[in-house]
Amino acid sequence: MVNTVAVALPSTDQVWKWLDQVPDPEIPVVSVTELGIIREIRWEGDTLVIAVTPTYSGCPATSVIDLSIEAHLHGQGIGKLRLERRLSPPWTTDWVTPDAREKLRAYGIAPPIDGTAPDGRTAARAARMAGRSNLIVACPRCGSGHTERVSQFGSTPCKAAYRCKDCLEPFDYFKCH
Amino acid sequence: MAAIAEITAAPDPVLADDGLKPALFDWLCRMGDNCLILGHRLSEWCGHGPALEEDIALANTALDLIGHTQMWLALAAEVEGKGRSADDLAFLRDAMKFRNAKLVELPSGDMAVTLMREFLFDAWHFEMLTGLTESASPRVAEIAAKALKEVSYHLERSSDLVVRLGDGSDESHRRMQDALNRLWPYAGELFTADKVDEAAAAAGIAPELAALRAAWDKTVGEVLGEATLTLPEIRFDVHQGGKQGRHTEHLGYILAEMQFLQRAYPGAEW
Repeated sequence: MVNTVAVALPSTDQVWKWLDQVPDPEIPVVSVTELGIIREIRWEGDTLVIAVTPTYSGCPATSVIDLSIEAHLHGQGIGKLRLERRLSPPWTTDWVTPDAREKLRAYGIAPPIDGTAPDGRTAARAARMAGRSNLIVACPRCGSGHTERVSQFGSTPCKAAYRCKDCLEPFDYFKCH
Repeated sequence: MAAIAEITAAPDPVLADDGLKPALFDWLCRMGDNCLILGHRLSEWCGHGPALEEDIALANTALDLIGHTQMWLALAAEVEGKGRSADDLAFLRDAMKFRNAKLVELPSGDMAVTLMREFLFDAWHFEMLTGLTESASPRVAEIAAKALKEVSYHLERSSDLVVRLGDGSDESHRRMQDALNRLWPYAGELFTADKVDEAAAAAGIAPELAALRAAWDKTVGEVLGEATLTLPEIRFDVHQGGKQGRHTEHLGYILAEMQFLQRAYPGAEW
């Protein structure tokens, strides 16, 4: 006869709440849950399994995020933990929560404009507008729509570089993806 | 100790077909090696770009491609089943074992060559990945769907710059036309199928390469037209063999630089 000690495992709701406190390493005002990269939390026996999806395939923050999740959950007393890398369905900025969008704006990053992800079919059209963006991205500082794209890429893969032609400040735009 | 998440291995009957494995391994290496070598070429611009924004854009594109490499080569290693990793394939194979098209290994030259090569490749890559999202292999399809979103940016960016520089100053126009003339005879390798490509197509894993041609011609024709550039009157499929491991001398130099650390300090990690 083996004596079993019933250990109450934290609920997955509780784990979601804990992960709300794990910041994105590059944009620390938003959490990994707000970014929409946590796809599933489940228990397999006494092992906690967390499915994480990468934002961009080559994003160097991916392994840092995994480490942060591990460290935070170990700190909450989680012993056995497995992280799964889930590719499908691919991450989209549609999953960035409304709260997070406001946090991004307050932090100086224009949030993604839904429905404007690039579609390679528009390459020729984009080329005809060479040098101009077809998007009006409002300046997160002064709110002006009088802005221009400086580069399709910014300081991280998820952002593009913009400039406000009214307040003259450069800013990042979190690209719709 | 790195906490690298394991990839969720969804059941994939196509990958379990033993008869298909040798061809599939080669085919996956082609996908991965194209991304790896082009990614490496683009990364050579890091710190040398003509403007900060270009420098960042080239490095970001390189990063995406290295990310795709990790997915393709990890799957290749899994299919091979000999215990090798994506890193082993990237850092410990010699040139003859690389399966990239010759187009991507040519030296980057100036920005004109860099961007024209990027454009010709992006336009192919976009069509290829679009086809692969319908792959009979769910694992291949999910990598393609992930990569396609990023490659859509690459194609928009390179199209935009080909037009701006082609239809730019006399100097930029001349350089872009020279770049097109130089690269054109290498583009056809991307569309020339051999037994490996045919096996992948027959198994429903990949589209027929020839079937990608019409959409590529349309994109390339429209963008080059807008760029006021002229298609060279030479065959586009002159230079072949990279996919079978017969490379230009340039690949060896790339590998010497890229693989030095793992060869000098086997198993080094950071």
